[in-house]
Amino acid sequence: MNTSEAIVLVRRCVHEVAPDIDMESISDDAHLQETLHLDSLDFLQVVELLSSRSGIRIDEEDYPRLATIASAAAFLAQH
Amino acid sequence: MRTTYREAVREAIREAMRADSRVFLMGEDVGRYGGAFGVSLGLLEEFGPDRIRDTPLSESAFTGAGIGAAIGGMRPIVEIMTVNFSLLALDQIMNNAATLRHMSNGQIGVPLVIRMTTGAGRQLAAQHSHSLEGWYSHIPGLRILAPATVADARGMLAPALADPDPVLIFEHGSLYNTEGELPESIPTCDISSAAIGRTGTDVTVITYGGTMPAVISAADELATLGISAEVVDLRVLRPLNDATIMQSVRKTHRAVVVDEGWRSGSLSAEVSARITEQAFFDLDAPVMRVCTEEVPIPYAKHLEEAALPRPERIVRTARELVGR
Amino acid sequence: MNTEFRMPSLGADMESGVLLEWLVHPGDTVHKGDIVAVVDTAKAAVEVECFTSGVVTELLVEPGTRVPVGGPLAVISTTTGEQPHAAPTVAAPGVVTSPLVRHLADQLHVDTGTTPGTGVGGRITRADVIRQAEPVRISPRARRLAAERGVDLRTIGSTTPGRVITGDEVLAAADALGRPEHDAKGIDPQAMRNAIAQLMAKSKKEIPHYYLTEQIDMSTALAWLHEQNRALPVAQRILPAALLLRAVASACAEVPQLNGFWIDGSFVPAGGVHLGVAISLRGGGLVAPAIRDAGTLSAPELMAALRDLVSRTRAGRLRASEMSDPTITVSNLGDQGADSLLGVIYPPQVALVGFGRIAERPWASGGMLGVRPVVTASLAADHRATDGVTGALFLQAIARQLQLPEEK
Repeated sequence: MNTSEAIVLVRRCVHEVAPDIDMESISDDAHLQETLHLDSLDFLQVVELLSSRSGIRIDEEDYPRLATIASAAAFLAQH
Repeated sequence: MRTTYREAVREAIREAMRADSRVFLMGEDVGRYGGAFGVSLGLLEEFGPDRIRDTPLSESAFTGAGIGAAIGGMRPIVEIMTVNFSLLALDQIMNNAATLRHMSNGQIGVPLVIRMTTGAGRQLAAQHSHSLEGWYSHIPGLRILAPATVADARGMLAPALADPDPVLIFEHGSLYNTEGELPESIPTCDISSAAIGRTGTDVTVITYGGTMPAVISAADELATLGISAEVVDLRVLRPLNDATIMQSVRKTHRAVVVDEGWRSGSLSAEVSARITEQAFFDLDAPVMRVCTEEVPIPYAKHLEEAALPRPERIVRTARELVGR
Repeated sequence: MNTEFRMPSLGADMESGVLLEWLVHPGDTVHKGDIVAVVDTAKAAVEVECFTSGVVTELLVEPGTRVPVGGPLAVISTTTGEQPHAAPTVAAPGVVTSPLVRHLADQLHVDTGTTPGTGVGGRITRADVIRQAEPVRISPRARRLAAERGVDLRTIGSTTPGRVITGDEVLAAADALGRPEHDAKGIDPQAMRNAIAQLMAKSKKEIPHYYLTEQIDMSTALAWLHEQNRALPVAQRILPAALLLRAVASACAEVPQLNGFWIDGSFVPAGGVHLGVAISLRGGGLVAPAIRDAGTLSAPELMAALRDLVSRTRAGRLRASEMSDPTITVSNLGDQGADSLLGVIYPPQVALVGFGRIAERPWASGGMLGVRPVVTASLAADHRATDGVTGALFLQAIARQLQLPEEK
């Protein structure tokens, strides 16, 4: 997966968990928890979707690297 | 051109022998007698005893000879009178024909065609009437064909002879007298796909070979009841063409498998299992089977009829599935 | 015998509700606990169970009608199955059943009044009764389509008893439904705000709150969680919230004086521990449905229950029992939250436990200063029911439980 594919995947997963957010208006730097107000359950759901769709194992230690859409995409693209 | 299944097979053999001098036919009574079912009538006169060879009553010996000839560069067609007798040649078929390509690491191929009669319905009793093509379909290394139509009876032999590995063709004894239309120029025929014998929307009836007439008659009866049955003719029993089966089941959401073999451990079980594996979430009802009763095929006419998959049983099963 | 099915009370603050949707039709057989209707309480669309078994003979209100709590919604005729000595079931006028069929129907608890007859002149045969007694079956395709289209299979099952529900019937139901109308977005935000306003004002007016807080070292609990989660796929990982809930449930067992209701001037202890979980809705608003019998659940089970409850709350699909019977409420602002939270009690409950954010803090222990993850637990309690000493015991119990994460 390259970075732009990863960005699409992250955006899609966030949209599925929080369909009320208008993803068009959100930049890649948006902080999932602080800016988009995903709570810990929402965040866990996003992680679950990312992991199952990408097939990449995501450990708790990796959570900080998933803070924004861009950093999450960079994480996925590296694996 | 209107012709019978028997004439269609004969024409196919004649055409193959004219086209390729390596092709020859051998088996019990294929020469002077014209074949136990009259398939090779007249071929001895046309091609002579070297290419239309009567053999002793030893299936193991002449099937083995066919395998040797095929390895040696010939393109033999071996005729075995009925599938029951083929068990005498089972060792040659399974341990030699089906394995040599694998065991020689691809160096030795066996381009052999074995034709045999299968099935019941002619009061030939339990030693001449069984349907064991499902057994042969279990064996890797073989391609198993079951022509149900005059067109397939005419068309399947050429690609079978062209196949570099052994091909078994099962001709159901009750089909030889059936008639069908053939075009003047024979179209090329594939030996890899299943065919849709009739399109429908409510239930898929999957069958092959000798039970095709019963299924078509059941589909006619169902149509009068307002049930539209799609008929899948498997044509090739090994390797099975899953895609055609699943495409139909995904459309109708219901399936009945009709097989003249016995139900336990049968080809119908294999087809049913594949549907469950691949199309489970498209099913609106369990996959059902209509098979032969689990008895040696009886001699008495009424008992033989009662044992076989008849249109009434197919209709009843399809109606249960559709709920009408 | 006829009984009325009435608008249930789905929370202490509820005075009326709007019937959104009937999930049954006249003639349907219902059983105690079946979900029969969807009611909008201004806070959530709630699936309402019925409390009697019988046959729905009449629906008294149309969807869209506001009905006060206790107001009649439908008439249910109770079945003979519950009255063994009652007269034999009389089939619909003109339909004859034999004594044998009536006997069999009684044995199998089949209502001949709703059984389609296939015999001569619509006569109900033995086979009809046996077919009716079979549970409704659902084809694999129907299940898949129902999940994809959001169709509630129970709404189909009730109309075709004894038959297999097929994919085509699900598709027809999905077409008839259009889109589900009572999802979470369908709730009027202003109505929800009003409901919260009324309830909280009532609480602050009537309940003399007292507040206690306690800082709790979470390092042992988090280390244990981390160890557990390492082996688990994402879908099964446990959040600290589940451990906090479990600690509260266990404290309720230890100090039962805070788990219950203040009713008519005295404290009534609750029969079980049903933890109300304050769940904020995306787009605003707050609901506090219950995780029932939380005291019997392990941490992974609580986590699963929490996920289920949150997803159903946000989808607008809560059950009446979950809305009406929390015995104590837990409010957890999570990692987004403030350091601590002093809550407002949901009447008639007598306590609310709040958790702030888990954050690293300087922590003195054994004469040494270190950095530990710390959470501030708070208790808001009803001073009519308990005093501060009891509340302190309760917070101590929570703190102790969080040092023993491996215990059930």
